[in-house]
Amino acid sequence: MSSAGPIIVAEQVVKRFGTLKALNGVSIAIAPGTVQCIIGPSGSGKSTFLRCLNQIEKIDGGAILIDGELIGYRRVGDELHELSDSEIARQRLTTGMVFQRFNLFGHMTALENIIEGPVTVLRRPRREAVEEAQALLARVGLADKRDAYPIELSGGQQQRVAIARALAMRPKIMLFDEPTSALDPELVGEVLAVMRDLARTGMTMIVVTHELGFAREVASDVVFMDRGEIVESGAPEALLVHPQQPRTRDFISAVLT
Amino acid sequence: MTETPGAAMVSDLSRLAGLKIVPRRYYRRWIAAALIVLALVWVGKAFAEGQIAWQVVGQFLTAPAILNGLANTVIMTACAMALGIVLGVVFAIMYMSPNPVLRGSALFYIWFFRGTPLLLQLLIWFNLALVFPRIGIPGFFEVRTIDVITPFVATLLGLGMNQGAYTAEVVRSGILSVDVGQTEAAKAIGMTRLTTLRRIILPQAMRVIIPPVGNEFISMVKLTSIASVIQYSEILRNAQTIYYANARVIELLIVAAVWYLMVVTILQIGQYFLERHFSKGRGERRPKPAGGAA
Repeated sequence: MSSAGPIIVAEQVVKRFGTLKALNGVSIAIAPGTVQCIIGPSGSGKSTFLRCLNQIEKIDGGAILIDGELIGYRRVGDELHELSDSEIARQRLTTGMVFQRFNLFGHMTALENIIEGPVTVLRRPRREAVEEAQALLARVGLADKRDAYPIELSGGQQQRVAIARALAMRPKIMLFDEPTSALDPELVGEVLAVMRDLARTGMTMIVVTHELGFAREVASDVVFMDRGEIVESGAPEALLVHPQQPRTRDFISAVLT
Repeated sequence: MTETPGAAMVSDLSRLAGLKIVPRRYYRRWIAAALIVLALVWVGKAFAEGQIAWQVVGQFLTAPAILNGLANTVIMTACAMALGIVLGVVFAIMYMSPNPVLRGSALFYIWFFRGTPLLLQLLIWFNLALVFPRIGIPGFFEVRTIDVITPFVATLLGLGMNQGAYTAEVVRSGILSVDVGQTEAAKAIGMTRLTTLRRIILPQAMRVIIPPVGNEFISMVKLTSIASVIQYSEILRNAQTIYYANARVIELLIVAAVWYLMVVTILQIGQYFLERHFSKGRGERRPKPAGGAA
């Protein structure tokens, strides 16, 4: 819809797992072209929130609008009608997702992983998809790994292929769910470098991360979540260097030591 | 070594690299092998001297009735397994569907066809005409049941439907073996549930599905012999028909056994290559063909 307004609006989002309230009224608005980092202790609901944006989890309350479109429901008068499987699949095309554990398709090579979505879902010509996939592989620095299976790649390489796979769908928004948490320390840098490049192109990014250095350098805004709520949000310098809330302060000092 | 490792030990270590290595000797394997060879010779001798006319075996090995029976056995195995696998995949997917109607139907199918003896199911199919003399859609077309349910069709339905119930569980376990992250990643690139199953989940589930299905394929080859009770002329029935006439019982049973083993051997080789194909991207490859598939 309008390019001036936020591209993502979450309003009082609630998510329960049984009796556990994973998200307890999360509200946030994210402007297009910004990098929103979400930090917080494990179990704070930050990954759950990201998964709700992509409808991998279904929300139990509140509403999410992405690119001006209500997620998961169609409004008919005063009622919200649940969307069908294929309508939800179509809505997911707006967002690309990168997972903590990469989740590359194990039976496909790097190249096949990247063209799978464009060819199978978007029905684009295979030749065109292959050309674009090769360009994407070059962009993440893996041009020579096109025929490698995921098992033959290091964690960092797998994650870069996963980023290329998400980008191949030409999403408007990229969601990163702790993209470096499963990596050996020496491989974190290569993935963050790709993400930094991506941020420079003006891609809207939401990054759940423990990499406070990355957040400070690349984020437009940072929010701190704890126990299913947004505790504090602000510019990276302000939030990470001069946190106002005691919970934020405790978390940051715990991570830094 | 009772003394504590000290300086003497360390200086020893540096000399170890130059010493000759004597491979371990497996005396007990040699003894076991010798005993097995002895037993085989004894069994072989017994059969060679027994009341078996081996030239009769050779003579009937390629008799037209036997080859015809063999063809029927192979055709039935292939058709019944094909039906079983298709039904198995369909019912496994239905069983795992969020739709309660589909799940209920799948549950009923598996419960019924796994819960009654195969022989009984064959007899029911074969005698379907007793219940429904005519089948069809009223007003559209109608045929006499007895014309449709031939021994071939009755056997195919009996074996295939029964196999489907077992294969459904094998397929379901294969699907469960694939990490949920794969489904999530497929969703994230906009795949629907069925596309995800077809493109992402089933190809990876195959690795787990093939060994038990291969096993069932081999069972099926032999299970077709049960169809002799409803007059399907597979190899065992044809062999029996011949020995009723010429009284060469053991010889003809050996003929049938030889052919069963041949078919099973070929299937085992096929299974090896199929497993190798579906293990791509897994790193682990089965090092050598198993059993007779050398």
